[in-house]
Amino acid sequence: MHLHKYEKVWLTFGMASLVIFLLVIGFAAFWKGTHPQSHLETIDQNNVEAHDSFKPENLGLTEVADGKYKVNMVASAFNYDFGVDKDEKPVKTIRVPQGSTVLFTITSKDVVHGFQVAGTNVNMMVEPGHISRYEAVMKNKGEFTIVCNEYCGIGHHQMFGKVEVY
Amino acid sequence: MDGTENNLRLFPKKDARLYMSFMYVTFVSLLVGGLMGLLQTFVRSGKFTLPFNINYYTILTVHGVILGLVLTTFFIIGFQFALMGKTVGISDKQRNVGWISFWMMLVGTVMAAVTILVGQANVLYTFYAPLAAHPAFYIGLALVIVGSWISAFTNFRQLYVWKKAHKGEKSPLLAFMVIINMLMWVIASLGVAVSVVIQFIPWSLGYTETINVLVSRTLFWYFGHPLVYFWLLPAYMAWYAIIPKIIGGKLFSDSLARLAFILLLLFSIPVGFHHQLTEPGIDPTWKFIQVVLTMMVVVPSLMTAFSIFATFEITGRKKGFSSLFGWFKKLPWGDVRFFAPFVGMVAFIPGGIGGIINASHQMNALVHNTIWVTGHFHLTVATAVLLTYFGIAYWLVPHLTGRRLTKQINKLGIIQTIIWAVGMTIMSTAMHIQGLLGGPRRSAYSEYAGGAQVDTWVGYQLAQAVGGTILFIGILLMIYIFIKLTFFAPRGVEEFPIAAEDENAQVTPKILENWYLWVGITIALIAFAYTIPMIDIIKHSPPGSVPFKWPIGRM
Repeated sequence: MHLHKYEKVWLTFGMASLVIFLLVIGFAAFWKGTHPQSHLETIDQNNVEAHDSFKPENLGLTEVADGKYKVNMVASAFNYDFGVDKDEKPVKTIRVPQGSTVLFTITSKDVVHGFQVAGTNVNMMVEPGHISRYEAVMKNKGEFTIVCNEYCGIGHHQMFGKVEVY
Repeated sequence: MDGTENNLRLFPKKDARLYMSFMYVTFVSLLVGGLMGLLQTFVRSGKFTLPFNINYYTILTVHGVILGLVLTTFFIIGFQFALMGKTVGISDKQRNVGWISFWMMLVGTVMAAVTILVGQANVLYTFYAPLAAHPAFYIGLALVIVGSWISAFTNFRQLYVWKKAHKGEKSPLLAFMVIINMLMWVIASLGVAVSVVIQFIPWSLGYTETINVLVSRTLFWYFGHPLVYFWLLPAYMAWYAIIPKIIGGKLFSDSLARLAFILLLLFSIPVGFHHQLTEPGIDPTWKFIQVVLTMMVVVPSLMTAFSIFATFEITGRKKGFSSLFGWFKKLPWGDVRFFAPFVGMVAFIPGGIGGIINASHQMNALVHNTIWVTGHFHLTVATAVLLTYFGIAYWLVPHLTGRRLTKQINKLGIIQTIIWAVGMTIMSTAMHIQGLLGGPRRSAYSEYAGGAQVDTWVGYQLAQAVGGTILFIGILLMIYIFIKLTFFAPRGVEEFPIAAEDENAQVTPKILENWYLWVGITIALIAFAYTIPMIDIIKHSPPGSVPFKWPIGRM
């Protein structure tokens, strides 16, 4: 089959760019550990409290070491459960100091949800029977909206929270 | 082939009626689905609430199903039947089977549409389990898919019969392209058909208690990405084999066009994980492998871009324009059959770049499920593909109704294209920016927890309502043009513009038509990309999920 000389040049240039591009994202993923959220642990969605992370007393923000935090959450239509504060009121805002490393762990009790801290790289699907987990460094100060970004029913847009980095 | 003469010969009435039936459904869908889109942008502007207690997610489901599945599938099948009829012919029996396919798809569409409209299927067009719609919704979808398969097998039969009568000849290029698209469609839609028939229907009827959510999602996206190439390939058919004729040129290269289509078949299916990049339960190495396979589509895309612009230049130079870009200025800008698809091609440049970003493994996390994605596919399917479909309709509809595309209608078409380009530039740009700022897709108006971040989103949502309104005006104009071309344009013969090969074109290698080879490689690639991860997903399954009806407002 005949290829025009210019087409050969064009395709060679295109394919070479493609190879470089794939090497870059492959290097970032496998050597720098920037894979997208792909946690493989499963759970019984009908009994999430049986898992240590999702016991009512373990929900919400916990400082595990200096500058290191974890946030455990349970999603259900149409709410994120971040645990309760000292007055037994449901927590709606997660407050962490700037520069802290936060491990977000979440599962769903019912349907598929999303969990995105808008304006950061924290963006994951939340599915019944699976645990999603993603660690991020909160580099910038400010208020970041947590949105459910996968359709979960007619109250979907009322499912939100907030992360405050101070 | 006696190219020009065949291009001007109208179809027998019986054949034209079948092809036209698909066009009627296409343009009714455009009006209904477009109206829903307009209402969505209004609701998201925060200045408007829907009357009569209509739910936002009902109209969102209608918009996605009617435009993404119904308009596209009906247009594609109608157009492809016309291409097959023109290039290889149709027998009485084949035409009758075509009618069975049409009615089956229409019954399925009406079933699904009614179920959605009465609020029993607020599940959006992706119908993710364990949200449970009324069984009629899934049964309707199954009928549409099976109906489309009947068309596919009719097309296979049409080429087979032609080949037997034309021993040793290569198949006509457009017939070859139709068969590639239909092969891809059948292989891909097997996934969603298995999911709907084996998982969803028994589960929604209560025969099985639970559903495996991740398996259903994986089967959906095994289908979901080739679905977008199923929309795109008919546009490519026009770009490769129709536009050259409209601008007064010849095919650039028969064999290159076939090779591009084969590569699109090979790399369209084993790639569904790039829609599931942020999901738990799938090994990231397999996600990356499918990302690499996804990016292979860059090769046929670059080939296509080269071919198209080479055709433009060669045609212009043959007409005697010798300056570096003189040929470009002299393209037939005033001919809507060229202008509308051309604007579509331009939109495909940012559309394709956005697609590369979306499928880029970790980069996806920045835009996944944000309204950036909505902005992306409104450039690809709702501009590149749709404007090319319109570009086809301007000559196909009058060819089928025995009328002419008049100067006046041509002018209206040019205006329609400009309106579309303006409206989409506003809407899609606003969507892209809002998405980068984290604004979610598929959501009714909400101020969430308030604050500065949400305030910036609302401004872009207003811009989307402005763009959406302009687009809806474009839809009304297109419907007017369709009615004119169908019922009122002056009688005559509109050309069915199929480009001919150059007299001294090189011989197309026989291997390009070795169906066993290409289908075999397709299946091997699918088996490679899916077998191990699918076994992993099934082996490490959590308990299944019962149906959830109340979240979508079902009692």
